[in-house]
Amino acid sequence: MIPRQPQIDTSPPVSDEIRKTTCYMCACRCGINVHMKDGEVAYIEGNRDHPVNRGVLCAKGSAGIMQVTAPSRLRAPLKRTGPRGSGEFQEISWEEALETAVQWLEPIRKSNPEKLAFFTGRDQSQSFTSFWAQNFGTQNYAAHGGFCSVNMAAAGIYTMGGAFWEFGQPDWEHTKLFMLFGVAEDHDSNPIKMGIGRLKERGAKVIGVNPIRTGYNAVADEWVGITPGTDGLFVMALIQELLKAGKIDLAYLSQFTNAPVLVDCSEGQATSGLFLRDEAGKALVIDRATGKPAPFDQKGVKPDLNGRLERDGTVYRSVFQLLVERCLEPHYAADAVAERCGVPADRIRAIAAEIARVAFEEAFSLPVAWTDFRGQTHAEMVGRPVSFHAMRGISAHANGFQTCRALHILQILLGTVEVPGGFRFKPPYPKPVEAHPTPHSKSLPDRPLDGPHLGFPRGPEDLALRDDGTPARIDKAFSWENPMSVHGLMHMVIANAHAGDPYHVDTLFLYMANMAWNSSMNTAGVMEMLTDTDENGDYVIPRILYSDAYSSEMIAYADLILPDTTYLERHDCISLLDRPICEAEAAADAIRWPVIEPDRDVRGFQSVLIDLANRMKLPGFTDEDGNAKYTDYADYIVKHERKPGIGPLAGFRGNGSETGRGAPNPQQLDRYIENGGFFVAHIPQGADYYKPWNAAYQDWAVGLGLFDAPQPYLFQLYVEPMRKFQLAAEGHGDRQPPDHLRERIKARIDPLPLWYPAHAEADDSYSIHALTQRPMAMYHSWGSQNAWLRQIHGVNPLYLPTALWREHGFEDGDWARVTSPHGEITVPVAHHGGLNAETVWTWNAIGKRKGAWALSDDAPEATKGFLLNHLIHELLPERADGLRWANSDPITGQAAWFDLKVRIEKVAPPAEAQPAFGPLKSVVGEGPPILSRHTHANGSRR
Amino acid sequence: MHPAPSVILFTTLSGLGFGLLAFLGIGQPPVTGWVAFVFYVIAYGLAVGGLLASTFHLGNRKNAIKAFSQWRTSWLSREAWLSVFALVAMGLYAAGAVFGSVLIAPIGIIGAALSVATVYSTSMIYAQLKTVPRWNQPLTPVLFLSLSLAGGAMLAAATMVAIPLLVLAGVIQLAWWWQGDRRFGEAGSTLATATGLGAIGTPRQFEPPHTGTNYLMKEMVFVVGRKHARKLRTIAFAAMIVFPVLMLLVSGGHLAAGLAILSHLAGTLISRWLYFAEAEHVVGLYYGAR
Amino acid sequence: MTALPETTDKKLGLVIDLDTCVGCHACVVACKGWNTENYGAPLSDVDPYGGDPVGSFLNRVHSYEVEPKDGPAQVVHFPKSCLHCEDAPCVTVCPTGASYKRAEDGIVLVDESACMGCGLCAWACPYGAREMDQVAGIMKKCTLCVDRIYNENLEEVDRVPACVRTCPAGARHFGDLGDPDSDVSKLVAARGGIDLMPEQGTKPVNKYLPPRIKDRISRTQAALEPVADTPTGLLGWVDRALEKL
Repeated sequence: MIPRQPQIDTSPPVSDEIRKTTCYMCACRCGINVHMKDGEVAYIEGNRDHPVNRGVLCAKGSAGIMQVTAPSRLRAPLKRTGPRGSGEFQEISWEEALETAVQWLEPIRKSNPEKLAFFTGRDQSQSFTSFWAQNFGTQNYAAHGGFCSVNMAAAGIYTMGGAFWEFGQPDWEHTKLFMLFGVAEDHDSNPIKMGIGRLKERGAKVIGVNPIRTGYNAVADEWVGITPGTDGLFVMALIQELLKAGKIDLAYLSQFTNAPVLVDCSEGQATSGLFLRDEAGKALVIDRATGKPAPFDQKGVKPDLNGRLERDGTVYRSVFQLLVERCLEPHYAADAVAERCGVPADRIRAIAAEIARVAFEEAFSLPVAWTDFRGQTHAEMVGRPVSFHAMRGISAHANGFQTCRALHILQILLGTVEVPGGFRFKPPYPKPVEAHPTPHSKSLPDRPLDGPHLGFPRGPEDLALRDDGTPARIDKAFSWENPMSVHGLMHMVIANAHAGDPYHVDTLFLYMANMAWNSSMNTAGVMEMLTDTDENGDYVIPRILYSDAYSSEMIAYADLILPDTTYLERHDCISLLDRPICEAEAAADAIRWPVIEPDRDVRGFQSVLIDLANRMKLPGFTDEDGNAKYTDYADYIVKHERKPGIGPLAGFRGNGSETGRGAPNPQQLDRYIENGGFFVAHIPQGADYYKPWNAAYQDWAVGLGLFDAPQPYLFQLYVEPMRKFQLAAEGHGDRQPPDHLRERIKARIDPLPLWYPAHAEADDSYSIHALTQRPMAMYHSWGSQNAWLRQIHGVNPLYLPTALWREHGFEDGDWARVTSPHGEITVPVAHHGGLNAETVWTWNAIGKRKGAWALSDDAPEATKGFLLNHLIHELLPERADGLRWANSDPITGQAAWFDLKVRIEKVAPPAEAQPAFGPLKSVVGEGPPILSRHTHANGSRR
Repeated sequence: MHPAPSVILFTTLSGLGFGLLAFLGIGQPPVTGWVAFVFYVIAYGLAVGGLLASTFHLGNRKNAIKAFSQWRTSWLSREAWLSVFALVAMGLYAAGAVFGSVLIAPIGIIGAALSVATVYSTSMIYAQLKTVPRWNQPLTPVLFLSLSLAGGAMLAAATMVAIPLLVLAGVIQLAWWWQGDRRFGEAGSTLATATGLGAIGTPRQFEPPHTGTNYLMKEMVFVVGRKHARKLRTIAFAAMIVFPVLMLLVSGGHLAAGLAILSHLAGTLISRWLYFAEAEHVVGLYYGAR
Repeated sequence: MTALPETTDKKLGLVIDLDTCVGCHACVVACKGWNTENYGAPLSDVDPYGGDPVGSFLNRVHSYEVEPKDGPAQVVHFPKSCLHCEDAPCVTVCPTGASYKRAEDGIVLVDESACMGCGLCAWACPYGAREMDQVAGIMKKCTLCVDRIYNENLEEVDRVPACVRTCPAGARHFGDLGDPDSDVSKLVAARGGIDLMPEQGTKPVNKYLPPRIKDRISRTQAALEPVADTPTGLLGWVDRALEKL
């Protein structure tokens, strides 16, 4: 008997219309289908055609609808009426807001542009914001890379012309062994999840190296629960095992890397440690065919890995020999590193053996011929199916640059970069250091800056220093304290501006950066700096201009708020000039466009910058007669040309059929919208591997406008610019570091990979590493204002490993006081067995200040949630010489968040997590008591 | 399980009410006229009041009438029908007793049987649930019935029947507790069977799916301290069984009977609170309960 | 209606790969979004910006930790929604006939126009698959996106449950588990898919693929044989190797 059942409509209409744009719930930038009903957003799903996410979408992306309707959205420009930090504001008109901003900014520009410090946080329009800052004329511009990824970006680009993070990816279709280091789920997350899924489907192996076994490490076949900050040591041990067994790709090393390049092995000379070059400046190798030196790129040359030359009494030896000597040093042996890494030596050896087995015994070839830059044609593409990826766990340590270097050296020794099955770059990478600009910092009244702010120093000559040798930039980027700080140091701006070191600024202009809370180390200290007054009662940082879409903790600390739109209400471009969305086999870019109109008096920040530029008649934005070139950001995206024919978007240029290069096309945005909000240019087969050396790729890249001429290059096992900084520290050259930094530069800025402890200054009584990671369902502080996401992560316990849990007699529901040399917090704890025995951790940025984000004061985020930031200072404790060094990587200035060490004790549960701060006055009120609605064509709402 | 007042009142009051109706149906006491009227007001007040209380927890009361539709499969639906039949049958019987001063025995016996069946079906709503092992035992209907009849006997002033029934109910209550405490283990559900991860080792909750609470946790994951529960059991047993029996043995007066009944009611309410509060739903395993 | 069909033409359900799920909650929110906008009453959130936010979700991802005798503890992310049981106790307990199991595909649904919100079905479900919506007062559960999987307004490729479509790692598979030749049935056979709480006798249609064996490398992989121990020795070996290239 078949029982009666209700008849249901299994084919209801899904929506009135789908509008395709780009997600902005994190930095992943997936394509989304926004389903509209009655002109309202009804549902958001992934766009199947999009190169980044191919239809899938994470929790944040699907929850975008709750971000667009969040009660925390700012509604109108705000002028501060109470003291800073009180949250008392008055709504003003845009005209008043913009005129106020111009009144602040224009005099600075006319007299001394560097008095404006303009720093952007989660900005996805850096090529535009930097262009604005450059035309304003201040050198004090950067985005958030300095506390995010700079040491890995720098290590990657200096070593191999491309980096981890989202700038490259494993060859998911071919790799058989994937090893990930410190990869949390906060960047490139959907592509990595999709890739891991693909590996699992094929039965490939995943090895996770991470003190914490969650997320990707939870599904890893092997988990290496390494002690924080020792990854480099572990990698050096792997390298040593592989080298001793001869498990390296000699052909790859000799052809595609600077392993055969000859190095001046003299001591104490101005050229010591530099490459032997010919008159044209080409690095020389020994040609095995002739036994004589020859330029590395000479047609037919067979570079000798073991080359040696004596000329005029100077011995020149190949980079390879120096590298072997370094890597075989006994302190890098598996047995020597095991205890420090928290990984048994036999496990290190087994992993090395597995890497070697897969790389060499499972090597394969794709039957695709290609021609290299020396003109040699290869009948096939050799593949080594081992790939590596790394992120935050490497970058957030003071030894992150060198650790990342070591990891790249491991990849290169195995010959697994840009080969089938290995790690592949995404356009515009590969791109050698030579193709990047150098830093520029010369500001003059009423003039644009002399060039792009950020770049890659080739040596001391490129540092951003004044004539007296002091830092030219407010953040001290490109100074002797961190010469290769290629992303700037946003995390130092407020502290430096407050201390007047190197100088004071007049106006601090921030965009989307929650510096008064989770985006700062030493959060309470930063709040004090922002509100501190001088002897006259004036604020030490006189004016703070801030743009954000939401009522974050930072709002209360600004004087003038320029409210931004949400991501579905704006134009944006995800540009090849910036941080594009390319795949290893395709260049791609994308736009956002207003799929809905704002229901508040808010404006897209980039359009506001254009308005300000037009009012101030900034060059670059206005013609000789002072007429505006661009009416708003959409107009800029279409019309702006960085070089003739090259603009923010590569697709549909000229008459609509031109790609990469072509005149501005007024219909370009419409064409993007028709195409699903993005554009893809596929790399032809045969050009899609071996890209740095592949003539077909180089030609394709020139055609697309990524380069103006082919620029093949060698991977830099030995980074000569680093040696130049060492030479300066040894006393050579005009530009000399201050004496107190000489030894550190000599020791750390080593052109060969090395490992040094990240915690050189640590007090032994703080023995426990404390880390944070970002949950997959949250992004920075944004998730807490999202009614769906905050139910998933509304509180964050501090997770303790089994030994610590038992030692202190903790039980579920207990609390602990956690102390660092800088401060203490009292927080709830929980047990985690899959955790390095010397490590505790928590989810990042769950804790919120009362009054922010339109949450009620009893929100768990504000009563139980907490930040580790209170324990971390931007400076390390005082040294024996009385100096306080920055808590950062000495090479790139990368903030060393993960070098935190603490003590833990069990305490009685307090009423709230400590420290607790007083509530801010909310500028948007509180959210509604109930959400229960759907959008229906008949207009019914509940 | 969450000890919601609505279900505690429902099972307790309707149990007593139908217990009394069952006695009235078999002519115990054989009352008529005004006296009968008072008895029936009490019986209907308890039975109907209990039934009404049960609707307090409904999320969507307008569909309550549909609860009569699934008598083939659903104990709750059966209970709805049986209660209506019982109330109608006893209504006829009561009408005869109150207005005609006649006791139509066949109707009374049918009404009594339906009243007992109603209590049985109420108990089966719980006893059928494999997900709550403490309830899912043969003694559950016996417990409900014995308490219902003992209470009914007390209300019917059938002291000589009430005493043995109370003693019997007490024994069953003790047996039910004893058995109930073992049921979860016997049922065999653990986090290992719930997740299938037992082959690796003994799983434990690492993170809940949401850091806040939800309907399931509010409804089905209720934790009562073991010491606290033991104390409450003692109080419940004393109030529900021991004190009434002593009162009935010591004195035949109305005051003693009244106190015995009030004590029994209070004890039953506490016992019912425990019935829910101590009942562990297997879904709790997924949330790290147990 | 609350009688279970003796057989169903198909047994549509999900196969969830615990070896692949990274615990990202994408399925949780895609489900929330789709089902707030589609089948029946919206999934509400009470106190959404306050101290005790409680919302209805039809799919939630738990996390468990399990420590083998001879290895480090493992975290297993564990998505859970209605398992569309063959012997679904939630259906038979329903007094109003709102709960039913479809004869054509085995999907267990709630006819919201008949639900009185008594909650007994949620009590009968061992898996916590049903949640009463606090605003609508009716029982919500996974519909297996019955309004997607046959929806002719969607492209064929999109006729899968929202959770499956969105899952970034591909840890969720949808298909007919009654057909031994379907992809999902083959996956279950190949990977040893299991039932949750088999002792409850519910015969769930959804299957779970257990995590693969982990952390064996020290046992399975011998160390490499060195060709040299010193830089000089190694460089000599390299010279000889280069000759052979």
